[in-house]
Amino acid sequence: MAALTEEQTLIKDQATSWASAEAPVSKFRAMRNEGAEVGFAELTWSAMVEMGWTGILVPEEYGGSDLGYLTFGLVLEELGKQLAASPLFASAYVGATALLLAGNDTQKSSHLPRIVDGTEIVTLAVDEGPRHAPARTACVAKAAGDKYVLSGTKTLVLEGMSATHFIVVARSAGSVGDAQGLSLFIVRADVAGLSRRPMKTIDSRGYAELSFNGVEVSDADLMGPAGQAGEVLDEVLDRARAGIGAEMLGVGSQAFAMTLDYLKTRKQFGAVIGSFQALGHRAAELFAAMELARSCGEAALQEIDAQSNSVAKACSLSKAKVGDFLHTMSNQLIQIHGGIGMTDEFDAGLYLKRARVLETLYGNQAFHRDRYARLLGF
Amino acid sequence: MTTSADLDGFRAEVSDWVQTNFPSALNGFDLGADSPSEKGVSGEFRAWRQALADKGWGTPTWPKEYGGAGLSDPEAKVIRREIAKAGAFNPIPPMTGMGVTMVGPTILEYGTDEQKAKHLPGIASGEVRWCLGLSEPNAGSDLASLSTKAVDEGDAFILNGQKIWTSGAHISQWCGAVVRTDPKAKKRDGISFVMLPMDQKGVETRLIKLISGASPFCETFFNDARADKKDLLGDLNDGWSVVKRLLQHERQSQTSAPAAVKIDQEPLQEQAKRYVGTLQDGTLADPDLRLRIVGNLMDAEAHKLTVSRITAEAKGQVKVSAAASILKNSMTRVAQTKAELTLEMMGNQGIGWEGEQFSDEELRSVRDWLMGKAMSIYGGSAEIQNNIISKNILGLPETTQQG
Ligand SMILES: Cc1cc2nc3c(=O)[nH]c(=O)nc-3n(C[C@H](O)[C@H](O)[C@H](O)COP(=O)(O)OP(=O)(O)OC[C@H]3O[C@@H](n4cnc5c(N)ncnc54)[C@H](O)[C@@H]3O)c2cc1C
Repeated sequence: MAALTEEQTLIKDQATSWASAEAPVSKFRAMRNEGAEVGFAELTWSAMVEMGWTGILVPEEYGGSDLGYLTFGLVLEELGKQLAASPLFASAYVGATALLLAGNDTQKSSHLPRIVDGTEIVTLAVDEGPRHAPARTACVAKAAGDKYVLSGTKTLVLEGMSATHFIVVARSAGSVGDAQGLSLFIVRADVAGLSRRPMKTIDSRGYAELSFNGVEVSDADLMGPAGQAGEVLDEVLDRARAGIGAEMLGVGSQAFAMTLDYLKTRKQFGAVIGSFQALGHRAAELFAAMELARSCGEAALQEIDAQSNSVAKACSLSKAKVGDFLHTMSNQLIQIHGGIGMTDEFDAGLYLKRARVLETLYGNQAFHRDRYARLLGF
Repeated sequence: MTTSADLDGFRAEVSDWVQTNFPSALNGFDLGADSPSEKGVSGEFRAWRQALADKGWGTPTWPKEYGGAGLSDPEAKVIRREIAKAGAFNPIPPMTGMGVTMVGPTILEYGTDEQKAKHLPGIASGEVRWCLGLSEPNAGSDLASLSTKAVDEGDAFILNGQKIWTSGAHISQWCGAVVRTDPKAKKRDGISFVMLPMDQKGVETRLIKLISGASPFCETFFNDARADKKDLLGDLNDGWSVVKRLLQHERQSQTSAPAAVKIDQEPLQEQAKRYVGTLQDGTLADPDLRLRIVGNLMDAEAHKLTVSRITAEAKGQVKVSAAASILKNSMTRVAQTKAELTLEMMGNQGIGWEGEQFSDEELRSVRDWLMGKAMSIYGGSAEIQNNIISKNILGLPETTQQG
């Protein structure tokens, strides 16, 4: 665990006890069983707003507490342990980050305070195909006087059914595959020509598919200069990746804790199964991998806070290493629990399913190994 | 001994027969996913099953008198191949639950003539489905620690206790169960293997839902359930040797590609090209995924070659043996890795649960991926297979494992 400030320790402790008391995995299961279309429980979300977590990244002038990314990561990790579902990450983390990095003063002052008080849910709409590939954006923004017309689709938009606003990545120049020519627009969810449909995924969280049919947005909705959003988008995505990494550490460490507990209690052949060397060694290796993953995950958040110039590398390292750990860990969670692990009634399956979605979001391990190599110049 | 010329003749005969008898209405029918009644092909389905059963080709190596065709392993392989080549399928093994793969072969070895005549024909024709009551809440890998009791009551045993993970118990007519018949004997010495009808007052099943959303298995409760003494398989209190054999058959049945792998399935690399795209030189646009896919293809090839080599060394009559542990684990690894790679390759499309944004193929891949996690758990977990390899093949001593 990174060396924390007093304030960070306080927030982490608050998140730990709140999540286990008020948003335990049983609540997530109940929400899933009800089939809530938005993919979270309203009360869980409003409690988070009340505790001020929506303001962790937001400067005081916009109503936030400006505590930084590592602090937010601590909260995400604790929520990850319980699979607590809410738009916190999509809106107060990714949405706020996009506004902070790419928004102008008017956009910041109109949206950030509302993200903080929970009246707006602002989420990023980037991917269009099966893989995370911002350069493959085909959604077009056509300039028409002081307006732009958006046409295209977006898929797997986080919290897309509850969102009040989308930050949409669209192409104002170049062609599919081109990293240049992208623009960011902030678009109201109820604008004419925009329709959304829920997507039902294995992790039972809220996603939407968006379709833009000649959606008109104004100059004022453009974030930053037209056609030049590529670089800032990358910065936003890196922060998102580091945040996902924090949640993944939570999901993985909980999976480890459940497994360790089972190794110590389940008896077969007259002994606790953890006494079989094959499993003891496996637990030891998982633990070591978790420690290495944690270092990478926390370092990414710290580098963001320090505004270092190797944020991109740190974030790809985090997504790849934490992803590898979570992949193995979630499989072992099932394997070591034997038959019980295969049942829907036991929580292991919920962690496995969330794990695979987190691995996919904003680039899987392969994507980030490739990117890391590129960043190293080969 | 069948010569290869004989086999060629046989191949032509089988091929002709399948062409003539496989109803065209069943073309494209997916045995794993489709139901004959929903597809409106119940009649054709029944006719095809019956035609196979009449030939004894649902269980070709079983003796003719018990519904088989008395054929050799190489001949059985020809039948399997020709059926697959024609885009047909053999519905009899899956229709019998554990009947064809596990219970049948064990009855053939341990059963009395009376038991064989009573139980085998129903399995060979696909009409009687069997489940297996082995596992209990406290007896999983350590099967011999089971506690379901059977008390001698003259003509029958009266069973009391709980079984768990009994696949298909709710739709089976018969159950093969291990029970404790001598509570005073050492763990492995007081167990017997009994066969009992599921349709009786003393048997109750409760469905358990799996992480894949399906509910193929159950908790099964015996409350004064009756098993006819005539249906004791093997000797009284010698059930452990029956079960050991049964489990070898189970392992054996899990060493080759699962029936779900269809002959016309698009290879992983071709699917990957669609989802991931290619570079100018035609290679997959994701080089990391590309190497892992090729690694999986190589593992699959190595597995296949090993199956062939072991078969060749055994001169076409593979005996269930410790080699099955090697093959079960390698088969499992290939299948589970392939499922993971499929999911990864599909990216956002590979995490769907339901809904029209995902194709049937994508949704099926997800369910298969989840269901596939069980392969390394049932039939003796991957760890237990490794214990068997180290003990029975390598001769290493048991250290931590007692009992
Ligand atoms: C889909 C499915 C279908 C099934 N169908 C049937 C069925 O039809 N009938 C039936 O009777 N049973 C069935 N089973 C049960 C299956 O056989 C058991 O789940 C299996 O034997 C493992 O037992 P367990 O679940 O109690 O796990 P445990 O035995 O508790 O094992 C837990 C973990 O410890 C490991 N372990 C245990 N002992 C050792 C050791 N000595 N050394 C190293 N590692 C060890 C295991 O490998 C596993 O990872 C089914 C299971 C599944 C998942």
